[in-house]
Amino acid sequence: MTPLDYTLAELKQQLSARTLSATELTEAVFARIAATDGTVQAFLTLNEEQARAEARRYDDKYVQGEGIGALAGIPAGIKDNIITEGLRTTCASRFLDNFVPVHDAFVSRKLKEAGVITAGKLNMDEFAMGGSNENSAYQVTRNPWDVERVPGGSSGGSAAAVAAGQVPFSLGSDTGGSIRQPASYCGIVGLKPTYGLVSRFGLVAFASSLDQIGPLTRTVEDSALVLQAIAGHDAMDSTSANVDIPDYTAALQGDVRGLRIGVPKEYMGEGVDPKVKQAVLDALKTFESLGATWEEVSLPHTEYAVAAYYLLASSEASSNLSRFDGVRYGVRAENPDNLIDLYFKSRSEGFGSEVKRRIMLGTYALSSGYYDAYYLKAQKVRTLIKQDFDQAFQKYDLLIGPTAPTTAFKIGEQINNPLQMYMNDILTIPVSLAGVPAISVPCGMADGLPVGLQIIGKPFDESAVLRAAHLFEQATEHHKLRPQL
Amino acid sequence: MSINLHDVEHVAKLARLLLTDEEKDRYTDQLNAILKYADKLNELNTDDVQPTTHVLPIRNVMREDEVRPSLDRERVMKNAPEEEDGQFRVPAVLE
Repeated sequence: MTPLDYTLAELKQQLSARTLSATELTEAVFARIAATDGTVQAFLTLNEEQARAEARRYDDKYVQGEGIGALAGIPAGIKDNIITEGLRTTCASRFLDNFVPVHDAFVSRKLKEAGVITAGKLNMDEFAMGGSNENSAYQVTRNPWDVERVPGGSSGGSAAAVAAGQVPFSLGSDTGGSIRQPASYCGIVGLKPTYGLVSRFGLVAFASSLDQIGPLTRTVEDSALVLQAIAGHDAMDSTSANVDIPDYTAALQGDVRGLRIGVPKEYMGEGVDPKVKQAVLDALKTFESLGATWEEVSLPHTEYAVAAYYLLASSEASSNLSRFDGVRYGVRAENPDNLIDLYFKSRSEGFGSEVKRRIMLGTYALSSGYYDAYYLKAQKVRTLIKQDFDQAFQKYDLLIGPTAPTTAFKIGEQINNPLQMYMNDILTIPVSLAGVPAISVPCGMADGLPVGLQIIGKPFDESAVLRAAHLFEQATEHHKLRPQL
Repeated sequence: MSINLHDVEHVAKLARLLLTDEEKDRYTDQLNAILKYADKLNELNTDDVQPTTHVLPIRNVMREDEVRPSLDRERVMKNAPEEEDGQFRVPAVLE
């Protein structure tokens, strides 16, 4: 056993009992990264020197028995679109190649308050646009289960680093599935909280009405521990919800007896790999044996979600990314003819192909003459999709289905067909549009690759989602499987 | 609706993007495929449906209009590609 075989909950115990030091744990993390990241390529920037200094500081605090944070001395990786003071943050874009934030994101500050040590910044699709990490301007992160395959995305680095045992947990962001889908492909736990539960302050904006930060972990209990550290109201985010934050670890206790589960038939239909479907049906049997009941339900507007999402997310992105003009930060093009030319050249040289494509789509959808036909229409369809969920949750406590229609695909397989790539998110996008919480937990293997089970809850009912996921995990062995690297 | 090369050039200009001829052709094809797919939304009658901008029941969040500390100028300028006298330097706008 190395320290990296332990869950967060176990590490917390060992650090408190001082059978393990923060320094030993931090050294183990960097040794593991050194041994595996040449293959996995999850990290864009390492924070070694600072992390070691912090580990020593926490060791002193533990010795002195001072009151310290809930996760004191535990290293983590952070997705590279979450700003970290003094630590390079690129969003995996050439545009921000030299960007060193001058303050922390809300979640970066919350993790520091909890005592978390930042090990480094994790690869992603550029500006979180993509589902494979192939859109990173720097490197293609590999799936630890099969290095010929993608880790998923856009939080692919965050998922691969946890799956490869490089860090005990990481943070990712999810706009249309960017935490859940890579968690599914990499065989780990990924939680997208309710929109508004976690502040977006300091998360580089992609689609502001959809973006949400959440944890990627090995176990559901760990997910609860990290969510506890990052949830809460923040005046700096005007869409931060002012709700009471429950004790998520306490919420894991209890059972699922009498729980009513709806299984959207649209999530088990055409396009879903039969082996994925079988793993989900097996999981539903487990829930039956735990005392829950399930039946089929319809979310009739599911088939419209991907179209609505790409119009809305791209429109919001085209507006959000207009801030990248080469004036105040980022990489400025050399020798511009004038100010307008500076904008044109800096943006054209700084952005990659997928980012440009989405800016083009969004600009078109918002432009004069097309706004009503595309943007407004998509917003109205979003209402219908949200209503599907509202209605289903009148009858059911949770909705369950696959996280993604397939397991991880091969690198290069879908990169030339944007529409095909977008379809990988067909089961996570409706949940994002509705703004409700959902978790992906491992529920089996298909041809040597992990399958993820998506458990979807009512708004701000993370407790019910985590409890069901925890009980499922405790009743099964899937989360104990580890890739050989 | 479909998008042609002329539209792509117009949109690229609005978005402040310089595209190569190859990119223009590629985006014309790809955006057409995506927009054709998006036409699917017209199967739904949404005449009486209100749009959703975001899912939370929050409207205009206000605070008291009080002066509060913000980032100091030196830190704000740290990532400036070009700086002069504590200000962002850009090419001349006026002749």
